[in-house]
Amino acid sequence: MYDMKALYEALSVEDAIALRIEHPEAQIIAGGSDVLVQMREGRRAGKELISIYMIDALRGVSIDEAENLRIGSLTSFSHITRDPLIQRYCNVLGEAVDQVGSPQIRNVGTIGGNTCNGVTSADSASTLHAWEAIVELTGRGGVRRVPIKDFYIKAGTVDIKPDEIQTAILIPKASYENTCGHYIKYGLRNAMEIATLGCSVNVRLSADKQTIERCRIAYGVAGPVPMRCPSAEAVANGAKPTKALARDFARAVLDDINPRDSWRASKAFRQHIAVEMAKRALAESVKLAGGELA
Amino acid sequence: MNKVGRSEIRVDAFDKATGRTKYYEDRMPAGALYIRIKHAEIAHGFVRRVDTAAAVAIPGVVKVLTCFDVPEIDFPTAGHPWSMDPGHQDVADRRLLNRHVRYWGDDVAVVIAENEVAANQGVRALKVEYEELPFVIDAQKAMEPGAPQLHERFPNNILKHTDIRKGDYQAAIQEPGLICVDKWYDTPTVQHCHIENFGCYAYEENGRIVVVSSTQIPHIIRRAVGQALGRPWADIEIIKPYIGGGFGNKQDVLYEPLCAWCTTQVGGRCVRLDCAREETFVSNRVRHAIRFHIITWLRRDGTIVARKVDCFSNQGAYASHGHSIVAKAMGSFPQHYPCDNMECDAYTVYTNRPAAGAMRGYGMPQASFADESNIEDCARAIGMDSYEFRKKNVMPRGFHDAFTGNTNYYDTYRECMAKGAAYIDFERKKKEFANDTGDIRRGIGLATFWYNTAVYPISLETSSNRMLLNLDGTVTFQCGETEIGQGADTAYAQMVAEAVGLASYRDVRVKSCQDTDITPTGLGAYASRQTYVAGFSIRQTADILREKILKYANEVTRQAVGCMDIVDGNIIRKEDGIILMSLKELAMTAQYNPVHSEHITAESTYTIRNNAFSFGCTFAEVEVDIPMCKVTLKNIVNVHDCGRLINPALAAAQVHGGMSMGIGYGLSEQLIFDEKTGKPLNGNLLDYKLSTILDHPHLEAEFIENPEPTSPFGTKALGEPPVCSCAPAIRNAILNATGVAIDHNPINPHVLFAEFSKAGLIQDDWREEEK
Repeated sequence: MYDMKALYEALSVEDAIALRIEHPEAQIIAGGSDVLVQMREGRRAGKELISIYMIDALRGVSIDEAENLRIGSLTSFSHITRDPLIQRYCNVLGEAVDQVGSPQIRNVGTIGGNTCNGVTSADSASTLHAWEAIVELTGRGGVRRVPIKDFYIKAGTVDIKPDEIQTAILIPKASYENTCGHYIKYGLRNAMEIATLGCSVNVRLSADKQTIERCRIAYGVAGPVPMRCPSAEAVANGAKPTKALARDFARAVLDDINPRDSWRASKAFRQHIAVEMAKRALAESVKLAGGELA
Repeated sequence: MNKVGRSEIRVDAFDKATGRTKYYEDRMPAGALYIRIKHAEIAHGFVRRVDTAAAVAIPGVVKVLTCFDVPEIDFPTAGHPWSMDPGHQDVADRRLLNRHVRYWGDDVAVVIAENEVAANQGVRALKVEYEELPFVIDAQKAMEPGAPQLHERFPNNILKHTDIRKGDYQAAIQEPGLICVDKWYDTPTVQHCHIENFGCYAYEENGRIVVVSSTQIPHIIRRAVGQALGRPWADIEIIKPYIGGGFGNKQDVLYEPLCAWCTTQVGGRCVRLDCAREETFVSNRVRHAIRFHIITWLRRDGTIVARKVDCFSNQGAYASHGHSIVAKAMGSFPQHYPCDNMECDAYTVYTNRPAAGAMRGYGMPQASFADESNIEDCARAIGMDSYEFRKKNVMPRGFHDAFTGNTNYYDTYRECMAKGAAYIDFERKKKEFANDTGDIRRGIGLATFWYNTAVYPISLETSSNRMLLNLDGTVTFQCGETEIGQGADTAYAQMVAEAVGLASYRDVRVKSCQDTDITPTGLGAYASRQTYVAGFSIRQTADILREKILKYANEVTRQAVGCMDIVDGNIIRKEDGIILMSLKELAMTAQYNPVHSEHITAESTYTIRNNAFSFGCTFAEVEVDIPMCKVTLKNIVNVHDCGRLINPALAAAQVHGGMSMGIGYGLSEQLIFDEKTGKPLNGNLLDYKLSTILDHPHLEAEFIENPEPTSPFGTKALGEPPVCSCAPAIRNAILNATGVAIDHNPINPHVLFAEFSKAGLIQDDWREEEK
């Protein structure tokens, strides 16, 4: 039995916006795999909830008129993993969210919830950062689009206005075109796990596979919010894909990341595995893109 | 014997698979009130005041009770049989709610409410004022002068110290040329993590208190509830329905006394107390963290000349099973690898951690980790192959322990090791893996373990049961040794069918639920003894029942009792095998005979004065990714000699479960405490890394079936043994893969990072620069 004050059910995006305005204190709930856990722990006990889970219009993956890969915010992790468009254009996202919790959680958990939660360990977050996703928010005044790096304000806080809900996540064509990536989740066990560190790398190779035209890398749990690594990317961009480059690239992430000491893992340990993960994720990305580290 | 030794389907399989099985919550009377406990949020101190005003004002809250309201009675919680000798009774050191807070999570108050939400709100609304005291969570630090004291009666926090002296250690180590291996080994606090959290409910009926509890030990709980409430034991009735596992946590008196007392405070209304998973981790029981200091003196030929073993067992805040655990651990050392000169000391020490109690293996997973790590280290120190070293030194055939009367009737250790080595292809892989030098290295490791089955002669071993011949020729069976998920009921059904002479184990109706008002007295499920001890009383009662049946059959058939037998549900004439009548015909005739009507039933108690060794080993194969600080378990096999198997499929299942627990113990599980506050940091299933199905390879269970001579069914322990040797086998495999000996478990990535850094296997140049 959950200690909730009231539950309001939105049947459309307009409904949800109206309920947000009517009940400013209320918490939005989608799949509930985070919100209900927090409520049980007493952290959100006694709160009002606005459920958006019945809004089917927010489910599904498509290519929109601007050729963005568009993922409805209520699309579940298991749906994303099995979706043919995701598999074709951004396979790494499907693989990343397939590492969330358990099959049951992946059936109920949504990508919108995963990002709106604002936590650095979310398995979708590093890949969405590395692919420069755009967050679509819909409110009273219409639609607003925010780059994902600006959407995350600080740990647990994201840029949603009091009258808004997140309606989609977009990956622009310029981001996904001719690009392959790989995600490594570092955990202490192989299921039912929250990442100790998550690393997502993607590359676009030249036609002859001899040059890395673009390399992007982002981490979860390397700082209070998911983060890109501009120093490391600068090392790889335009370079030849070699083992030496992979080492330099990996070493350079230390200039960008800022993991902390906690009882869950020491800073030194997180730095050590961050470097190793960058190296391996780059090698795998190059391989997926048809190249090979010389 | 043809009813035992077969992989029959569990008697409870259909109901469990279809969700019909009733656990305590499924039997809950409508309208039960909810009890929620206020747990202390300091590690050590005194409750000065509890402000209950806000809690009482919450709609739905019926009553708030605090540590200032409970009876001033200290009671023990260990699930041991009662001893008539006061010197052997368990330590009584806690109250229903405690003013003296001794660990973070101690019980200081309860809120009783009409519903769960109001009860939770009530607990959050309580304001507790404490006088905080310094705390200590390390056993050796707790023994130091000036350490915080937990219990007045136990100076230096030492609950108990015992020792073993054999030969002359000091003289023996003077021998010139000996090699000394002197090392410390440390094991963590872990929790049982059975599927069903503990819970119970209680109500008053005709002036007595009924408690329905998720327990392993209903008859022992009855006594403890009586003690805690200051009521005659006979005032208490305990009912034990199906339970979702226990692993020893429920071999302790948990919250049954508190729940029973609460019903008396609300006019006898039914009250329920359901532990959340977080409470199960911190405020039930845990496994003792034991630290070992082992000094082994060796000759170059691999002879162990002398050994000194010091054991420091972290008891946590309350005595619970107390010193019994480390005493068992210490007691294994002189037997597992017998040696003429030994000095062993064991200390059980109170600390401000959650109370440690019984947990599957009862001290042996700890002892095995230390002993088998040390044995591996000894072999390396003299450059001897560790398998050969074990074969040379491990307990020989014919070894006899005068205290328990146990004899090693077969060459069990060597037979088990040979079988495991053959399965895993040990010799070939050992050679092949020795050449690995890169980032990824493979290794294979071995560990054996010592175990015994039951608790004779330390505690009473009594088993009683009842058999009733039903009108359809089946037999209803009741006993006090409980089904806790391990499959005991199925084993009993097979043994009863065998002993009585029924056609099938399906003709035995096992009453799984124990009710202390009705069920013959037994001690419940603990140690690895249910099948062993029940076997004695099953054979005895079956003989009585058979005699009654044959006596009645004599009236009907006019055949001499000695000329008849019961085979496959029929009464036959022995000489020619002719079927005289079926048990069904006999039962109907006996019941409805207008001249001599008889309800045929038998009941007896057997006092078991035997015990039995039960040994085995684990081989583990690992792949170590050095830069990633990760171990992947590739292959693992346990081999057990647990006597004759009653049900091979259930025996294998028992081994699989134990291996899973052993893998977690070796690689991932550990309850972590904040050094600054004493607060447990990861008491939930997300942060406490119980291993999952994706962390396991195929789990191979193999057996050597040397019949146990003392058992009527040739059987002995298998419940706990499977957990004992997995962690050290994995540790030794990692050592053989990397050359790095890690002397504490769990060997998780954090530990590997630290150890590999220390050994120079990983070098982060930037860390040097930062220095």
